[in-house]
Amino acid sequence: MTMPSPAFNEMTTDGLVRGPYAEIARWLASAPREALEQRRHEAELLFKRIGITFAVYGEGGDPERLIPFDIIPRILARAEWEALSRGLVQRVKALNLFLLDVYGAQEILRAGRIPAGLVRDNAAFRPEMKGFVPPGGVYTHIAGIDVVRTAPNEFWVLEDNCRTPSGVSYMLEGREAMLRLFPDLFARHRIAPVGHYPEELLETLKSVAPPNCRGLPRVAILTPGSYNSAYYEHCFLADEMGVEVVEGPDLFVEDDVVFMRTTTGPQRVDVIYRRIDDDYLDPRVFRPESVLGVPGLMAAYKAGNVALANAPGAGIADDKAIYPYVPEMVRFYLGEEPLLANVPTYLCERDDDRAHVLAHLDELVVKLTHGSGGYGMLIGPHSTAEQRAEFAERIRAKPADYIAQPTLSLSTVPTLVDKGIAPRHVDLRPFVLCGKEVRIVPGGLTRVALREGSLVVNSSQGGGTKDTWVLEDDPADIPKPAEAG
Amino acid sequence: MLSRTADSLFWLGRYIERAGNNARGLQVALRMSSLTRDAAVRDSAWRALLIATGCAPGFAATGAEPTQEAVVRYLAADPSNPSSILSCIEAARRNARAVRTALTVDMWEAVNETWSEARRTTAATFAPDNLPGFLDWVKSRTVLFNGAYADTMLREEAWRFVRLGTTMERADNTARVLDVHHHAIANADQDGAVAYGQWQAILRSVSALRAYHWVFHARLEPRRIAELLILRPELPRSMIACYARIEETLEGIAAAHGGRRGECHRLAGEMHARLRFGRIEDIMTGGLHHFLTATIDRNLELGRQIQDFYLQA
Repeated sequence: MTMPSPAFNEMTTDGLVRGPYAEIARWLASAPREALEQRRHEAELLFKRIGITFAVYGEGGDPERLIPFDIIPRILARAEWEALSRGLVQRVKALNLFLLDVYGAQEILRAGRIPAGLVRDNAAFRPEMKGFVPPGGVYTHIAGIDVVRTAPNEFWVLEDNCRTPSGVSYMLEGREAMLRLFPDLFARHRIAPVGHYPEELLETLKSVAPPNCRGLPRVAILTPGSYNSAYYEHCFLADEMGVEVVEGPDLFVEDDVVFMRTTTGPQRVDVIYRRIDDDYLDPRVFRPESVLGVPGLMAAYKAGNVALANAPGAGIADDKAIYPYVPEMVRFYLGEEPLLANVPTYLCERDDDRAHVLAHLDELVVKLTHGSGGYGMLIGPHSTAEQRAEFAERIRAKPADYIAQPTLSLSTVPTLVDKGIAPRHVDLRPFVLCGKEVRIVPGGLTRVALREGSLVVNSSQGGGTKDTWVLEDDPADIPKPAEAG
Repeated sequence: MLSRTADSLFWLGRYIERAGNNARGLQVALRMSSLTRDAAVRDSAWRALLIATGCAPGFAATGAEPTQEAVVRYLAADPSNPSSILSCIEAARRNARAVRTALTVDMWEAVNETWSEARRTTAATFAPDNLPGFLDWVKSRTVLFNGAYADTMLREEAWRFVRLGTTMERADNTARVLDVHHHAIANADQDGAVAYGQWQAILRSVSALRAYHWVFHARLEPRRIAELLILRPELPRSMIACYARIEETLEGIAAAHGGRRGECHRLAGEMHARLRFGRIEDIMTGGLHHFLTATIDRNLELGRQIQDFYLQA
């Protein structure tokens, strides 16, 4: 049950406070415990009043839950962020080039750099997209790249989310809450703003307007509806961008053009930021029983009359079986060495990998190849013998369904918990926007595993969020990589 | 605006208004049944309420006798009755949630808090001792919601559709309340005390008992009651006041849409005009019941036309 090594504490290393956290450490040391509790309570009320909820249906209890928000920020120095963001831009560029390629000439497969079967037999690969170049040549317009940290200069990409990553509303509302609760703390730091994200998103979406768009592109967000877990976010982003949030039945296609039904009659829609899965987009092309989508949408898309973000089929780039090859993509398409490291990954469908995984289940994290949300995971060091036996059986039965990775010792950040202030493991999801150019709002969503020792940060599994600060000036005393840890 | 958004706003207005109307109706029926020892009078008060709220067929399908307890449960709390107060609150909140961005924060909070408090109700909430408090609470919540949207919404399309919902529901309610008692109005020579109780009930059902005295400075008279509820523009729940607002609201929407009009505009204008130039003598001579049922039918037709033209375009 022990962690492989003591986790990197982002605030204090070897008893010394790291530069970016200097002010926060002073504040935490001086603020009375009750005052912090009081602020935490206020933050909760704020979130409740605004109604930021995460809907979890079918598990009993209140279906509209609040994601716990921790008032102690997670801080990155400017230099740390810049290095990270260069790596993110590089990675997302490569992912987009990969998508263009696998739905085009498939050069990377022909060059033998990625096993062709891994792509062609993959459920996330959409043959319907073969030979089609989306407007602007972009497949994944909004990518959420999950990054974890194990040491001052060690960042790892845990997974790429190239389909419909969510969570950006928590980043924005978390910042708003902190600004209201701690104006004095903000005055003592120079923190890079994040509030312009919706504007950047709108610019990104407008920049990929389809070839047949006349005049100003009209953008809409397509939601599965108010029972979707991220419905709040869909409305929030629509409101911030000043665009409509539409459901499938609000749209219809006539002569390969998409219209929305309005009180003034049909209005043409040019760019759709869709937050529904590929499978449900268009019953004529994908699942015929889908009532969430729009019949004829794909034909309109192919005719160049509407843009879809993200493009259908983008999921092949974030599939966990493809993930081990992302560094190869960077080398192949960009001729560069990857700036961000991949976590070593064992594909259980490979015989050697499977043998290794089965022999080391107590050390590894096992995940579903096509899963998400932290469901169906085995965390080896925290597992029981029965759980390991159960997973071993499942892996042997369906090896292609599982991958495994070493259990990383995720960095920790001080967090206000019932017993006081204690370190808790965190990850980071920066949101990378890709239109005519690539843009990243500094920071991202920091998720925190609130249970002591837990490494699972997903909100569906008891995770919370923190505001993420990127400082605009580097503290002089930020420890050099060689001296740290 | 998306047709679906307009639809949700319209029904948000309607459901909140319906919750308030049902609360008022229940208060009146409770009062009538506590003032009489005559079981027949008591039962007729509850039966009348079921008819006035349009819930009689649904209640009959449950197979229950229209006792106070059964009717209260059906109209206040029964989830199988789409017009019960709790169902109205649930539906209003569902519509509000679907169009959060079209609402002001004050409106959303009014609906959302009402909904979360309503979810905490138990069987005890509807027991005879607690029921009056619950009904007062429902009334005050609907007044809060109406105030929130009157005070905080931009005078744009969204506001017009909520207002359209409120006034359509209100017009319908006033016509139904009056119609269910049309005997007491048309046959003034029946048993004095019972009829007087019914007259009071009609006025209380639309919060107009005091208003009557301010307008007429005279004893209750059935013809004047009908005049007040049908033709007097001063009374905010009179049919003419509602139709004036319906027509004005529909015209406002049409003007903002460059004059685009449909059958709903013609129909609303015609109904308003009939009331503006109508005389109570003629209505009574032609038959109050006949007039009211015709109005209720037209009101339904107007709802369908609005639906076709704007809400499901």
